[in-house]
Amino acid sequence: MFDALSTRLQSVFASLRREGRLTPELVETALKEIRLALLEADVNVKVVKAFIDRVRDRALDEEVLKSLSPSQHVVKAVRDELLALFGETKGGLVPGNRSPRVVLMLGLQGSGKTTTSGKLGAWLAKQGKHPLLVSTDVRRPAAIAQLAVLGEKASLPVFDPAGNLDPVSRAAGALVEARSKGFDTLIVDTAGRLHIDDELMKELAAIKAAVQPSDLLYVADSMTGQDAVRSAGEFHGQIGVTGVVLTKLDGDARGGAALSVVSVVGVPIAFVGSGERMEDIELFHPDRIVSRLLGMGDVLSLIEKAEQVIDQDDAADLEDKLRRNAFTLEDFAKQLKMVKRLGPLENILGMIPGMGQMKDAAAQKPDEKQLGRVEAIISSMTAQERRNHTLINGSRRKRIASGSGTSVEDVNRLLKQFVEMQRVMRMMGQGGLPAMARGGMKMPPMSAGGAGLPGRKRKKGGPWGLIKSR
Amino acid sequence: MGLFDRLKQGLSRTTQTLVSRFGDLVRRADDAADGALDTDTAESLEEMLIAADVGVAASRVVVDAVRHGGAGGLRDRVKRELLRMFEVAAAAHPPVTGPSPRVVLVVGVNGVGKTTTLGKLAATLKASGHAPMVCAADTFRAAAVEQLEIWAHRAGVEIVRAAHGADPASVVFDAITSGRAKGCDPILVDTAGRLHTRVNLMHELEKMRRVAGRAMAGAPHEVLLVLDATVGQNGLVQAREFLGVAGVTGIVLTKLDGTAKGGIAVAIAHDLKLPIRYVGIGEGIDDLIPFDPAAYVDALFEAA
Ligand SMILES: Nc1nc2c(ncn2[C@@H]2O[C@H](COP(=O)(O)OP(=O)(O)OP(=O)(O)O)[C@@H](O)[C@H]2O)c(=O)[nH]1
Ligand SMILES: [Mg+2]
Repeated sequence: MFDALSTRLQSVFASLRREGRLTPELVETALKEIRLALLEADVNVKVVKAFIDRVRDRALDEEVLKSLSPSQHVVKAVRDELLALFGETKGGLVPGNRSPRVVLMLGLQGSGKTTTSGKLGAWLAKQGKHPLLVSTDVRRPAAIAQLAVLGEKASLPVFDPAGNLDPVSRAAGALVEARSKGFDTLIVDTAGRLHIDDELMKELAAIKAAVQPSDLLYVADSMTGQDAVRSAGEFHGQIGVTGVVLTKLDGDARGGAALSVVSVVGVPIAFVGSGERMEDIELFHPDRIVSRLLGMGDVLSLIEKAEQVIDQDDAADLEDKLRRNAFTLEDFAKQLKMVKRLGPLENILGMIPGMGQMKDAAAQKPDEKQLGRVEAIISSMTAQERRNHTLINGSRRKRIASGSGTSVEDVNRLLKQFVEMQRVMRMMGQGGLPAMARGGMKMPPMSAGGAGLPGRKRKKGGPWGLIKSR
Repeated sequence: MGLFDRLKQGLSRTTQTLVSRFGDLVRRADDAADGALDTDTAESLEEMLIAADVGVAASRVVVDAVRHGGAGGLRDRVKRELLRMFEVAAAAHPPVTGPSPRVVLVVGVNGVGKTTTLGKLAATLKASGHAPMVCAADTFRAAAVEQLEIWAHRAGVEIVRAAHGADPASVVFDAITSGRAKGCDPILVDTAGRLHTRVNLMHELEKMRRVAGRAMAGAPHEVLLVLDATVGQNGLVQAREFLGVAGVTGIVLTKLDGTAKGGIAVAIAHDLKLPIRYVGIGEGIDDLIPFDPAAYVDALFEAA
């Protein structure tokens, strides 16, 4: 989710690094890019402003300007300030073992409360707990039925006093039920409501008073924008929130609004939801996200490594080809060699920005053996074939397969992947980040080299020449 | 209450903060002899637009269009620029009239308000003398069919439904066939919420389109993408993806009764030339109104 943001930041730092000496002008340029990256990731405008000011103060410090590695200082300032934004909170429910523990779900319409209620129940059951669910959403058509279906699906008991359409008494009744039947957790789903709907906010307060929850989970859509801080803040101010559940993280939203809620409203993210299935819920680990967001240490070392092993002329040449849309199998092979020189692929993949999006493709992560096979296939081609893959017809495929000790299917697969890669590269050459993100997801197993295509001559293009700033 | 007033009422809370800030800006800019914006004012204007989720790129377009002065005060210039964007988008996708029945697919990510919009839309159309039919093609989410059934009942319209887990495309086919036989028009299809990143689900949408076209040439005639007004910059990505796969022809902007401004619609109009067709301003059956760009822009910048 934060991939795009980290990619942007990384490109900024890379260009900072290249300049060596830090000047106030350079700092401003970098800050501008950082501001843009954060805003495009939906980080709240006010948060961005404060953030930029703090980083600027630290970066323009006399000592920093005079130091030997000023850009490192800026990197550090950004890292520290981002960490400060996230806080050092832990995910999950609040500590304590009152029984029954009451969890109240709240939030705007459509944020995912009902689905999350079901998921949380399933998650707790897996920890050996005995949760009871109740819906108090008497407003949205079929909301009560929805929770009942989810409960059935996850084999969770749902308290549903038929005919009772009073939200407060439904919740209170469920608590009595939980106590008398020995459930250790009660999850109370509520109707989605706007923070400015006074009547419904009062209803929520009444539900809260009736069940005295220890956990008040504000369910927020990760696609949400600038208003998130405000709505979350209102819920927190009027009702109280102990944690945020960030839903729909299986999408490609950058999630900067979440960052902002944590920092402005001051509540931690407790869980994240990453799919529509009952098991798609996870504890939130801020440190994990931060290190992924920051991934800077890793990326910097990757850049250093890359600069050592990559022939600069080759790099420029490749980039030029990319631009002219003349990327051939020959170049592909060259690229693979570079990638191999970088070290074990597993490590490299983790270091490349944007590769985090390949989660789906994790099963088909490229392995060294595969790379070897690809190299063998390409080296069994004639020079002409390498330059123009469209020449490679059926009989040529057979020849190449037997020449490289692979099968025709292997050759077919490689060619298909190569064509796909050409397409991706074309998009990258033109489109910048979104294209890269999309391409990253569809990238074939052996295309690790694609993201690693060097081209450091392009200004502001990042060390990999693929990070285009808009 | 006129449409304009209702929209204004819906937007009133959101505008208050916006208005006072915009008021200051306008004063500052209009005080300048040539109406040109100094850097600070331009920056504040940009920030204000970003705070409304318009996004950096589209905000810059607006700011650049007005920063060098021009006819009228700053308020008018900004309004004019926004209106121009909406006009261009509207011209790119005029509403479909000819075919009968008109088949309308309602699509979007999870929880944005598709089913509710469909219910409201059916009611509005019924009230204006049409005989709409709704089709429950969300066979995936728990109780989604039941939810639409309740709306169909409220609106007093026909519904075609299938069992939970049925192939959504075949439900669409059935609805079109049965809608034609019964003389229903339009046929409004509710689809399951899906993230634009889920390749399989996006393919499913493609298939629904194809099958609709098989049931009736030219169908679906309109594809409405529902966007939640609270959505951030991801809204633009959603619009781009759904446009590519499902051939979106217009946007429905829901939940404008909250404090979010739905500014991403400006970016979408500018970038993708997709017009807003309707706006949702509440959960009631008549809380859907046709989008009126002038009213939207006016209400956004109307002095309190
Ligand atoms: N305040 C407000 N709430 C709305 C509006 N439109 C829809 N909602 C609410 O948003 C929630 C989700 O609406 P649905 O119609 O179920 O959304 P959906 O897109 O069909 O959801 P899925 O099918 O689950 O993807 C419900 O609680 C609706 O009442 C609106 O214009 N204003
Ligand atoms: Mg629905």
